[in-house]
Amino acid sequence: MTELKLETPWQKALARVRTWARINSPWAIHFNSGSCNGCDIEILATLTPRYDVERFGIKLQGSPRHADVLICTGPVTLQARDRLVRIYNQMPEPKFVIAVGSCGLSGGAFQGCYNVVGSIADVIPVDVYVPGCPPRPEAIIYGVVQLLNSLKGETPDPQAKAVSEA
Amino acid sequence: MTKQEAFEKFIVPIGPQHPALKEPGHFEFVVDGEIVTGAAIRLGYVHRGIEKGVESRNWTQNIYMLERVCGICSHIHATAYTLGVEQLANVTVPPRAQAIRTLVSELERIHSHLLWLGVAAHEGGFDTLFMFSWRDRETVMDLLETISGNRVHYSTNILGGVKIDLDEEKITAIRKGMDFLEERTHHYLKVINTDETFLGRTRGVGTMSSQQAEELSAVGPTARASGVPRDLRIDAPYAAYPEFPVRLMLSNEGDLHARFVVRMNECLEAYRLIREILDHLPEGELTVRMPRRIPEGETISRVEAPRGELAYFIKSAGGDKPDRIKIRTPSLCNWGTITSVAVGHKLADMPMLLAGIDPCFSCNDRMVRVNRANQPQLWSWEDLRLYGIEYYR
Ligand code: SF4
Repeated sequence: MTELKLETPWQKALARVRTWARINSPWAIHFNSGSCNGCDIEILATLTPRYDVERFGIKLQGSPRHADVLICTGPVTLQARDRLVRIYNQMPEPKFVIAVGSCGLSGGAFQGCYNVVGSIADVIPVDVYVPGCPPRPEAIIYGVVQLLNSLKGETPDPQAKAVSEA
Repeated sequence: MTKQEAFEKFIVPIGPQHPALKEPGHFEFVVDGEIVTGAAIRLGYVHRGIEKGVESRNWTQNIYMLERVCGICSHIHATAYTLGVEQLANVTVPPRAQAIRTLVSELERIHSHLLWLGVAAHEGGFDTLFMFSWRDRETVMDLLETISGNRVHYSTNILGGVKIDLDEEKITAIRKGMDFLEERTHHYLKVINTDETFLGRTRGVGTMSSQQAEELSAVGPTARASGVPRDLRIDAPYAAYPEFPVRLMLSNEGDLHARFVVRMNECLEAYRLIREILDHLPEGELTVRMPRRIPEGETISRVEAPRGELAYFIKSAGGDKPDRIKIRTPSLCNWGTITSVAVGHKLADMPMLLAGIDPCFSCNDRMVRVNRANQPQLWSWEDLRLYGIEYYR
């Protein structure tokens, strides 16, 4: 991650504004690197009226070049590996990755299948892991909120393991 | 396509990561102005190797593995598998278990169709309908969670029966849910049939004649919307369908609008069927004993998934693991219809046309190994990649 040089008061203030903006409106992109669809549906469900993540300012949108957060599901297949890395590289800094589902955490039920490389963390750095097969929409939202809290500099909920990169 | 031709055409590539669908797939549309003159699809990004994977897991583990072929129709995969294995082992599953299996697969059909309604409306730019249908879909998700404990992979089936039972409380909850959904579905049907803008996007778009549907071997609601009477629940009833017959939902129009209507009517039919099952739920055991080793043999088990006919070929060599399982999924059969129906439509209609067959990638990405002149060739990943780059150049 590129280091922001926090020297002058002006730069410090600017950095604070950036973090504030980032926390209040993270744009997410979703990529399926070989999941069974279950996790993807639950991610989509978080956008719909009952869960409605847009109230946190989170917006799911299409292009990796506009995104701050990569929400990634599924074990990584050989075919998807290069695409996943490419999408990750296309995202502007700073970027965060949320791995959703048991598959993304460890390969899940597909461990040992010949076309599966393994977990998402084997391919790109992951910040938040959301376990479950599939995780409930509440759990996904909780994962996102953990990420946002860690950006604010709050220590994450001890029960949750959100790894802050900052 | 020769190189010369390729330069003269304008090709719009879409995917594998794209905002429209939630799964990776790569499409190439050849366009002339706004009109699509050719389409090609490239799948395979989510190929995981399940068919091979099941050979190294035992019969019970495979239920869970096969449920995860697809997150939308997970129960029906497990049903096809368990029905096949029970047939091989020659056990008869108690009627109550069969009824519960059927009930859950109808609930799954409702959830799948409502999900599809939302996604298809979203592709057409009708996000209000998307939000409404997904809000109502939560009703059936809640019901599935109440009876099975999970929202997506219910794991209702075990070999020789089911592991969940229904009590009065759950039955009342299901009935209430069905009443609510029935009312909502009537509302959606009204919207689909009367909303001017919506009709403009769907009526007469992507029309497929019944002959075409037959030739391209379309299955499920896609075929039924073109007037092909093909429904395994009626043609070859399994589980509890012989006792609880369903009505065939047909439409002869064959366009996108017909697919909406057929799917919504199937939802209505599912509500009726679920109520009937609840009224006449057989009493008795939930499971029978299954042997750990399945006798040698082969079988084909066919069921009607929300997207169409799903067939499992199961071969046992007498051990505690299957020898071979081949899965034929409905989405792959329907993909073929896209490439021929797409031609002549506007590029803007493509997302809706794609959504019209209710595509699902996770179940249809597979690998084929070609035996050339009986000389099996093994390619390393790198070779394959280079070959692919050359091929698509
Ligand atoms: S964690 Fe479960 S639901 Fe999610 S992709 Fe994997 S198998 Fe599917």
